[in-house]
Amino acid sequence: MSSLILSAATRYLLPLLLLLSVYLLLRGHNLPGGGFVGGLVGASAFALYCLAHGVEAAKRVLRVNPRVFMAAGLLMAAVSGCLSLLVGLPFMTGLWSRDGVVVLGKIGTPAVFDLAVYLVVLGVVLTIIYSLSEE
Amino acid sequence: MCALPPVALFIYFARLIGPVARAENLTFSYAWLPSLGINLTFHVDGLSLLFALLISGMGALVIIYSGSYLAGHPEQGIFFSYMLAFMASMLGLVLANNAILLFVFWELTSLSSYFLIGFDHHRAAARNAALQALLVTGLGGVALLAGFVLMGNIGATLEISELLFMGDAIRSHTLYLPVLVLVLAGGFTKSAQVPFHFWLPSAMEAPAPVSTYLHSATMVKAGIYLLARLSPVLSGTAIWTAIVTPFGAVTMLTGAYLALLHTDIKRILAYTTISALGMLIMLLGIGGPIAIQACLVFLLAHALYKGALFLVAGVIDHATGTRDVTRLGGLYRSMPIMAIACLIAALSSAGVPPHLGFVGKELVYKAILTEPSNTLFLGAMLLTSISFVTVAGVVAYRPFFGRLGDFPGKPHQPELSLWLGPALLAGSGLIIGIRPALVDAWLVAPAAAAIQLRPVEAELALWHGFHYSLLLTGFAFAAGIFVYSRWDSFRSVCGSLDYSARLGPARWYEWLLTGISAVARATTGFLQSGHLHFYLLIIIITAIGLIGGSLFPQSLSLDLSRWSDVRVHEFVLTVVILAATILVVRAKTLITAVVSLGVVGYGVALCFLFFSAPDLAMTQFAIESLSVVLLALVLFRLPEIERYSKTSERIRDALPALTFGGLMTVLVLTVTALSREARLSPFFAEHSYPDAKGLNVVNVILVDFRGLDTMGEITVLSIAAIGVFSLLKLFLYSKNKPEETQ
Repeated sequence: MSSLILSAATRYLLPLLLLLSVYLLLRGHNLPGGGFVGGLVGASAFALYCLAHGVEAAKRVLRVNPRVFMAAGLLMAAVSGCLSLLVGLPFMTGLWSRDGVVVLGKIGTPAVFDLAVYLVVLGVVLTIIYSLSEE
Repeated sequence: MCALPPVALFIYFARLIGPVARAENLTFSYAWLPSLGINLTFHVDGLSLLFALLISGMGALVIIYSGSYLAGHPEQGIFFSYMLAFMASMLGLVLANNAILLFVFWELTSLSSYFLIGFDHHRAAARNAALQALLVTGLGGVALLAGFVLMGNIGATLEISELLFMGDAIRSHTLYLPVLVLVLAGGFTKSAQVPFHFWLPSAMEAPAPVSTYLHSATMVKAGIYLLARLSPVLSGTAIWTAIVTPFGAVTMLTGAYLALLHTDIKRILAYTTISALGMLIMLLGIGGPIAIQACLVFLLAHALYKGALFLVAGVIDHATGTRDVTRLGGLYRSMPIMAIACLIAALSSAGVPPHLGFVGKELVYKAILTEPSNTLFLGAMLLTSISFVTVAGVVAYRPFFGRLGDFPGKPHQPELSLWLGPALLAGSGLIIGIRPALVDAWLVAPAAAAIQLRPVEAELALWHGFHYSLLLTGFAFAAGIFVYSRWDSFRSVCGSLDYSARLGPARWYEWLLTGISAVARATTGFLQSGHLHFYLLIIIITAIGLIGGSLFPQSLSLDLSRWSDVRVHEFVLTVVILAATILVVRAKTLITAVVSLGVVGYGVALCFLFFSAPDLAMTQFAIESLSVVLLALVLFRLPEIERYSKTSERIRDALPALTFGGLMTVLVLTVTALSREARLSPFFAEHSYPDAKGLNVVNVILVDFRGLDTMGEITVLSIAAIGVFSLLKLFLYSKNKPEETQ
């Protein structure tokens, strides 16, 4: 099922959707959005590409095995939770930088955790979709 | 090399003898879980020191011995690590001053003994024996934990040194009987009391050093240690004596009798060990200064002579290739040192002067004679002594003297490290027997003081003068020798009458295991039917039960006053969702079902949007879109929809579904009817920015307030993805494999 319109459109939709997903992730702390929905949007970008160009092409575009995202996300979540242990606070206490960073604003461990959620969701959905569309 | 740690520990503990005898307080404490009263507290007193010395001293000898015994074995390194792990847990057990800590070490000894019994893991018999020992002692351990927790609740502390002084409070408490039974269950399983004794002979599948160390000198004595340690708290009541003493006596007799029926030298020793353990338990049951002293002396004597005998048995097995005493004989010519060590140890076990075994046995007689109703126990003790004399002849005289046996191996003089252990153990038994003053004030008295919580004078003597008990010893010796001379015919007569193999506790254990497996299989077969539909039904019915059960006892106040607030587009949306739901249920083709389900999903997302939950709406939209993609991927692989279920089944499914829907409606109406103060949302709204520096409350809840939940959820997601991935890959792999081979 190849459609010229779909495959042409996804070429432009992919970067746009990815941008949107990162935007959703970053603004999530103060406005609607967040790691979960961002991850879903990012995953749907690749899912769309997969439908249009086939699973092999989608894998080439992603370059990295989606399972790596899953593992990295889980690791990042664990690390962001453990950081507070180092300064003697209970597990998963939020720590924040005192000064803001350019573009990102203030960063803290909950933000890292949100990024971890993003990565896990992206990895999970893509793992399932890629496994299903292979064969 | 591996013997260095135990030797160092032995020297360390030996240097503590002086301070302990002067009753100095040696406690080490470190907070572990202070909120639960569980701390790493260790305490050295006379009782723990006696055990610690036995553990480290025997440990050193056994490890030196294993260096040669297992020389060239590919897994020798693993063996040493198990052995040292066991030694560490055993030391922890006797030194722990916190009940929970003691339990932890107790279970660690069970675990490490599991590895040691199953060391020869290529043989099914060894594996089964290991599992049997683990299950029996492990179950006892669980009972012990329960007993400790109850005791901790009564005494409001888990520190043993504090509990020891609450004896009266605990004994008069209504829960005294459960505590006693649970603690005894722990001690009796570990110390192989009838009817839990059967694991000990099976454990003889272990290599000889393990049997020496675990099953004669240390681990099986953990139960004795436990009961001795807790006897200030639990003993002194009529129930204690009524339970503990008969159990010990019956075990003592059973072990003594069964020892005579076997020809495998290690099994014979195992049964006499059971008998000796029974004797120790009986003494603890009798209680009182003399019985305690007898218990400690006999414990020391038994560890020394039984350790030596087990080590000798290992050498015999190694050299001749058989452990069957009927096939052994005349080994004296090839291994004289072994023969002498074995003879000395056996004489000690038979209770012949001037060995320590004699001193111990005299004390036991004396202790029994102080007991008012002693006739039965005295008879049991006499029979046991006769059996011990016979066994001493069977294991020490028969293999080494007389005609040369008929066995496969070629015996030769064993090397130093193999005979060092037996010689030292047997020799110290003899030396202490001649000069009991070596141990009485330094080891026995402080240990007895620790059990009785007051300073005790212990004067041991080899010679008590002519006494009633001396007569009994002499009679036992004569009778034992008589039984020994008729041992073969005795065995054949009694062996044919022996029902213990067919109806004994070992069979109960088997029945229990098969029963548990059968129940587990039936339960699994019922719950894990493999039908997704059935799982959903169970989950939903459970949810109905739980929610309904907690909801209905309360008086519900439903807020139905706001019907007039419903706006037109909301009403339309509701109708659309309901219509789509009906369509899903009635759908004839898969594509209709998928599309209708999508309509339901988007409708719900719109609801979220109307009621100002943009986050939820956004997520729901993304999920719905992805679901369509996923379903599109699997849709054309699935068979065309059929009418799988009959009308009756549909009604059965509809009932829980409608009930659940109704219940959720009631739940939502109840929640919205709650006052604003009772709800959580204001809390989150107020604390979101000051505490978590975020304005989006939903996201702050997800990543900060309830971050741990989210972490659990992403983990579950990942597991699900890995499951999908591996199932599909497995399926592909099994499908592709035949093609590749073609």
